[in-house]
Amino acid sequence: MAEHKRPTNQEEVDANFAQLHPLMNTSEAYYESSRCLYCYDAPCVQACPSDIDIPLFIRQINNQNLKGSAKTIYESNYFGNVCGKVCPTEVLCEGACVHNHQSVKPIEIGRLQSYATTKAIKKDSKLFTPAKSNGKKVAVIGAGPAGISCACELRLHGYEVDIFEAKDQPSGLSLYGCAPYKITNQEILEEMAYLQKQFDFNIKYDSPIRTAEQLKRLESQYDAIFLGIGLGDTSSIRLKGEDMENCVGATEFIEQVKLDPLSVKVGKKVIVIGGGNTAMDAASECARLGAEQVILAYRRDKEAMRAYDFEYDLAKNVGVQGWFNLQPLEFLGTDTIEGVRFIRTMIENGNAKGIPDSEFNESCDLLILATGQNKQVDFLQKISDMKWDKKGRIEIDPESRQTSNPKYFAGGDAANGGAEVVNASAEGKAAAKGIHTFLN
Amino acid sequence: MPDLSINFAGIKAPNPFWLASAPPTNTGYQIMKAFDAGWGGAVWKTLGVPVVNVSSRYAAVNHKGHRMVGFNNIELITDRPLADNLREIEEVKKYFPDHAVIASLMVETRDEWHQIVKDAENAGADGLELNFGCPHGMCERGMGSAVGQEPNVLRTIVEWVMEVATKPVIVKLTPNITDVTLPAIAAKEGGANAISLINTIQSVIGVNLDSLVPYPVVDGASTNGGYCGPAVKPIALNMVKNCAQIPDYNLPISGIGGIENWRDAAEHILLGASSVQICTAVMHYGFGIIRDLKSGLEGYMEEKGFETINDMVGKALPQTKTWENLNLKYKVVASIDEDKCIGCQLCYTACDDGAHQAIGLVGDGDSRKPYIIDENCVGCNLCSLVCPVEECITMERRDDGKEHITWKERSDNDDVPTTFNDDRAGGKGHWVPQPTDALKKK
Repeated sequence: MAEHKRPTNQEEVDANFAQLHPLMNTSEAYYESSRCLYCYDAPCVQACPSDIDIPLFIRQINNQNLKGSAKTIYESNYFGNVCGKVCPTEVLCEGACVHNHQSVKPIEIGRLQSYATTKAIKKDSKLFTPAKSNGKKVAVIGAGPAGISCACELRLHGYEVDIFEAKDQPSGLSLYGCAPYKITNQEILEEMAYLQKQFDFNIKYDSPIRTAEQLKRLESQYDAIFLGIGLGDTSSIRLKGEDMENCVGATEFIEQVKLDPLSVKVGKKVIVIGGGNTAMDAASECARLGAEQVILAYRRDKEAMRAYDFEYDLAKNVGVQGWFNLQPLEFLGTDTIEGVRFIRTMIENGNAKGIPDSEFNESCDLLILATGQNKQVDFLQKISDMKWDKKGRIEIDPESRQTSNPKYFAGGDAANGGAEVVNASAEGKAAAKGIHTFLN
Repeated sequence: MPDLSINFAGIKAPNPFWLASAPPTNTGYQIMKAFDAGWGGAVWKTLGVPVVNVSSRYAAVNHKGHRMVGFNNIELITDRPLADNLREIEEVKKYFPDHAVIASLMVETRDEWHQIVKDAENAGADGLELNFGCPHGMCERGMGSAVGQEPNVLRTIVEWVMEVATKPVIVKLTPNITDVTLPAIAAKEGGANAISLINTIQSVIGVNLDSLVPYPVVDGASTNGGYCGPAVKPIALNMVKNCAQIPDYNLPISGIGGIENWRDAAEHILLGASSVQICTAVMHYGFGIIRDLKSGLEGYMEEKGFETINDMVGKALPQTKTWENLNLKYKVVASIDEDKCIGCQLCYTACDDGAHQAIGLVGDGDSRKPYIIDENCVGCNLCSLVCPVEECITMERRDDGKEHITWKERSDNDDVPTTFNDDRAGGKGHWVPQPTDALKKK
């Protein structure tokens, strides 16, 4: 039997998706913060894409200056709680903690960060005040981490900011894409509400910007436009049957789990194709939704997976099986997918090649494709003078984050090709500074 | 197997670990429990004039995840009826005839002193400790530290006690005085058989930042209390040492102050104590700590070849000198073990901001490991003290050990700097950075 039973009510969902990094209590935060060495020129800060002064905020927790601690965090990163909970801290700040070098457990920086920020959110501590209006307006497309961070920073400089969001809730993939055992929807939305209350930007929900006409209108109404449009749907792997009902993209699958977990049917046996962090999340979520067997099929060997080791470990710990060197050849079944025909692979000159006569069929009830997300090139084509690289990433000046069309700035997945919340948040903030410089 | 038993000024005990006169010795129940756990002696919570205690009474300093590194109290002497205490002393002695039970006493008049000495002795106390140390409450009534701070008064009261005492008398001294040797000498002049120190240090432990009331709070107000716990050990050790080094003093010293483990106890003994008294550590962890106190001290004595406690009493005193007798030619320089260094750079910032700018950063590449600038290092130890890795920064001797000259010897030879520009002054010629260099760093 699977480790997790299929959840039949919200309580069971919550149990199966118990938080990996639960909120610290006061004692825990006190003792943990006491362990910080307060390094000079601390490596954890150097490892943080948003440059949070980590030793300082930890010292402030320890000295019971919680408001100061939250301010230290938010001044560098508006997604303080989200990042505390979903950041791959193992490869960022906590991975850089000097304690690792003497086999002492690194400081739990992520959880301390969430402790300080959650306290501020719960108390509704006012940390920021928008500057007096400077008479200029900026449109932000996409209310994800990049867009919202950009908006917060712009408000500090007195810009009026309108965010156009295609969906009906803020925070982008934080809400729709982060695994539920990393952060709850409620926590995300509380932080978003907290930010909106302080920075007072406008978000227009259910307002997708898709057409050249819409863009023209924005260009005439706003002094600058920030593109925080993220990525598109799951990429096709060009095999017949992809459109069948029980074949879903990982991003879409995870979104459904986030929004309505009880409606998700995983069946008894799931195959997840892919080797990135999204594949790990999707596989792990299937197991937590009660699938008896979850196979993670990747076309190269384990070491080549893009997923972080700890993400694979998380999946393994709930019973996911990693099957390596397997390439899907064909999806079996006529009305619904009944299985996958795989061929075993070997690596030749860096490419995964099928080994002749090694084909086999593996049945499944649900097939999840975690094969990357499409770039928004179709949309970008509608903006004059816009440039993107071969991988579909918007070309930008790395410092100002200005695109080849000077009115547009960009950050987040659309510009970096797909990275962490913390990267998007840092880039949105940097773009706001770029916009401010550009408009002054 | 080393022998832990002691004979302290005629008071015998199976080991040198005594409970100090304090809340853990408030009742016969506690002392019986302590003796049963292995404690060698107990100084009963002070018997004396009637008092009324307040609520609350204790407060603590917590530091970086450690509770009660410092502790203070505003509790007075025992508020239990004298008769009950005396009856319980008798009962404890009946069950534990070989353990030391010492009655701590505090009264005012000569007659009261005579009476209470007789009462305590009649109850079976093996010795008497005169509480001239309590720094709160009782001193406002002219007792406790008010006596300890006036050597003449102290001497007189000791004389009163000695007029009737037949058991050894220990005088407990207050640290709230400029020179603790003055009351120590007065105690001896009055005829006391031993001294014990230190009592608690007068303190305000902190202030509640919301209510603006210091701790511990008594209905919206507070008062100064007596400070103790691990944080006070260095003060206690210094005062024990000062008394032990009084020329021809020869009175046994019971060391008190900041003793939490066997190492602390060993330090007190090496600086001149021949019994030790413990309170805060018991209030924190209970009587069970006696197991490690005994086994740790035994192990240490075995390793060092001390057969009895007496063998080790004062053995650190010859090495404890006045500053003017230290060798000015001794030279150590810090050394960083690169294999152990974890790159926290605390040594760098400590030295650069807090000492002598003798540690550099590589600055290029990925190495976070600092290096010592030998010629700037004065051998102050700071880097090795802040380093969080055991044995990573060590101090290496650089002089050849052949030269030895002290300030005193130089003074005697008329070879000391006499003006600010004297070339013989220590810091002259030492490299220091330009003040504006500070602004060039990030």
